[in-house]
Amino acid sequence: MTKTRFFIVTLSALAAFFSPSCLPVKEYQKNRINDSEMTLANRKVEKTELNAQTYREGSSGANGGKTGGGCGCN
Amino acid sequence: MRRICLTVVGMYLTLLHAFSQVAPADSISYKAKKLKLDEINLVSSYYNQTADKSSVMGGRTDYKGNGDVTDLANGLDIKFVGFDSKGRKHSLSGGLGIDYHTAASQAYVDSNGHARNNGTRIYPTLDWSVENATKGKEFGLGAYYSAEHNYYHSIGLNTLLSKKNHHNGEFSVKLTGYFDRIKMILPAEFDPVDSVKSTSSADSVVYVTTASGRTEALTYVNGQAVSTSSKNVVPSRLRDTYTASFSFAQVINQRMQGSIAMDLVYQSGYLGLPFHRVYLNTGKDTVENLPSQRFKFPIGIRLNYFLGDNIIIRTYYRFYIDNWGMVSHTANIEVPVKITPFFSMSPFYRYYLQKAVNYFAPYQKHTTSDQYYTSNYALASFTSQSYGAGFRIAPPKGIFGDLNMLEIRYAHYTQTTDLVADVVSLNLRFK
Repeated sequence: MTKTRFFIVTLSALAAFFSPSCLPVKEYQKNRINDSEMTLANRKVEKTELNAQTYREGSSGANGGKTGGGCGCN
Repeated sequence: MRRICLTVVGMYLTLLHAFSQVAPADSISYKAKKLKLDEINLVSSYYNQTADKSSVMGGRTDYKGNGDVTDLANGLDIKFVGFDSKGRKHSLSGGLGIDYHTAASQAYVDSNGHARNNGTRIYPTLDWSVENATKGKEFGLGAYYSAEHNYYHSIGLNTLLSKKNHHNGEFSVKLTGYFDRIKMILPAEFDPVDSVKSTSSADSVVYVTTASGRTEALTYVNGQAVSTSSKNVVPSRLRDTYTASFSFAQVINQRMQGSIAMDLVYQSGYLGLPFHRVYLNTGKDTVENLPSQRFKFPIGIRLNYFLGDNIIIRTYYRFYIDNWGMVSHTANIEVPVKITPFFSMSPFYRYYLQKAVNYFAPYQKHTTSDQYYTSNYALASFTSQSYGAGFRIAPPKGIFGDLNMLEIRYAHYTQTTDLVADVVSLNLRFK
C-alpha cells in the first residue's frame, strides 16, 4: 500500500471511529472528562523530556511543542 | 372625625407599602474584574546524557563520552486572569526559563578540546488570550525570546484562534514564527586566520582562536586592530521557521475524549550548525552542509479513556514526514492510577522509530561528490524507547498553604545509537 493510501485509510478510520461514537454529554456528566489527568495535552512536568526529544531526534511537532527553531539547534 | 383621620393615615401607609416593592436593578450585566494572580508554576529538571557519537566530532567513536551532556533547567510561569465588562475572560501569562548545561562535545569546537564546555540559555515568554465563553471563541497572542552563547537571538511570535461547537468539540488554529540568528562559530581548524601576526594591511575582520579555545573576531583598519573586544561581530546566518498548527478535540462520551493535531512547517535559511563536523572518506574533515529549505508534516492523535473509577489510559500516536527523506513513528501510553482521589501514580512508555534523512552518513562514509552531508546522529536511522513514572499530589486544601499541586516525574531514555539519558522533573503549582 502506498504512503498516500495508508494516510487516507488511516484518516478515514479515525473519522469513522470518532463520529458515530460521539454521544451528547451534558455539563453535569463531565466529572470524569474534566479530571486534570484527562487533559488532551502534555503535562508541564514533561517539558524537559519533550525538549530533549526535539534535540536528539529528527522529528517534532503535532504535540503542542516546538516544530523547529527557537534555539541554536537544528 | 377620628375614623376619617385614621382611614386617611391607613390609606397613606398602604400606598407607601405598595410602592416599596420596587423591582431591583438589572443584575444580568457583567461586572469587570481586574487581572488577578491565578496560578504560579515552577518546573525544574535535571537531565543527564551519555553518548559517544557527537555531531561536533563528526560521529567519531574513538572519543568516548564526547556526546555527554548535563542540563539543569528551571522555568517559572505566572498567570493572571480577569474579566472585562462584557464577561470575557482575559488571561495574561509571563514565563522565564533559565537552563545551564555542560556538553563534552562543545569543548571540541576547538580541535584540542579547549573550548568552553558549558553555557546558559535564558528564554522569557509572554502570552495573552481573551475567551468569550458564551460564543465559545478564544483569541490569543504570544511572544518568545531566547539567547545563548552560540546564537545571537531567537525571536518567536504566535497567534491563536479557537472555536467550540455545541457538540463538545473544539477547533483551533495557531500560527507561529521563529526567527533565529545563528553565530557562525566554526571548528577552530576552519578559522580564516589562526594568528594575529599574519594579518594583512587591508581593512578586515580576523577571527582568532584564543588560548581558551574561544573564537573571537578582531576588527582591523589599515592593518591596525581597532578593537580586541570579544563583542566584535562574529558572522551570522538567519534561520526562519513558520508553522501552521491545526487541532480538533472532541468529547466522545462520558469517559472518552480525543484529539487530532496537524502541523504544516516550513523552514528556510541556514539549517545546519556551523560547529558540526563531517569526516569524508578521504579522511579530510569539513562542516556539515544541509539544504536551505525544509518542509515538515507531523500529524498526531490523542485518545484518553477513564477506565472504572481509578484508572485513566492516555495514548498518543504521531506520524512524521519531511522533504529531507525522514519518516518517523511515535507511540506513547501513560496509565495514571488514582491511589486516592488526590494522589496518583502514572507509569508510561514511549516507542520511537526513525528513518534517516537522505543526507546522513556515519563517520568517513561521505564522499567528495556529495552535495549535502551530515553525520549528526539525530538525523540517522534509529529506534528509541523511554519509560518511567510520575507521582502527583493535589489535595483540595493544598499541601503546604498555597502549594496546590506537586508533581515529580522520572524518565529513562535509550537510543540504538548508544545514547542513554535520564531526566528527573519537578512541578510545583501555587494558587
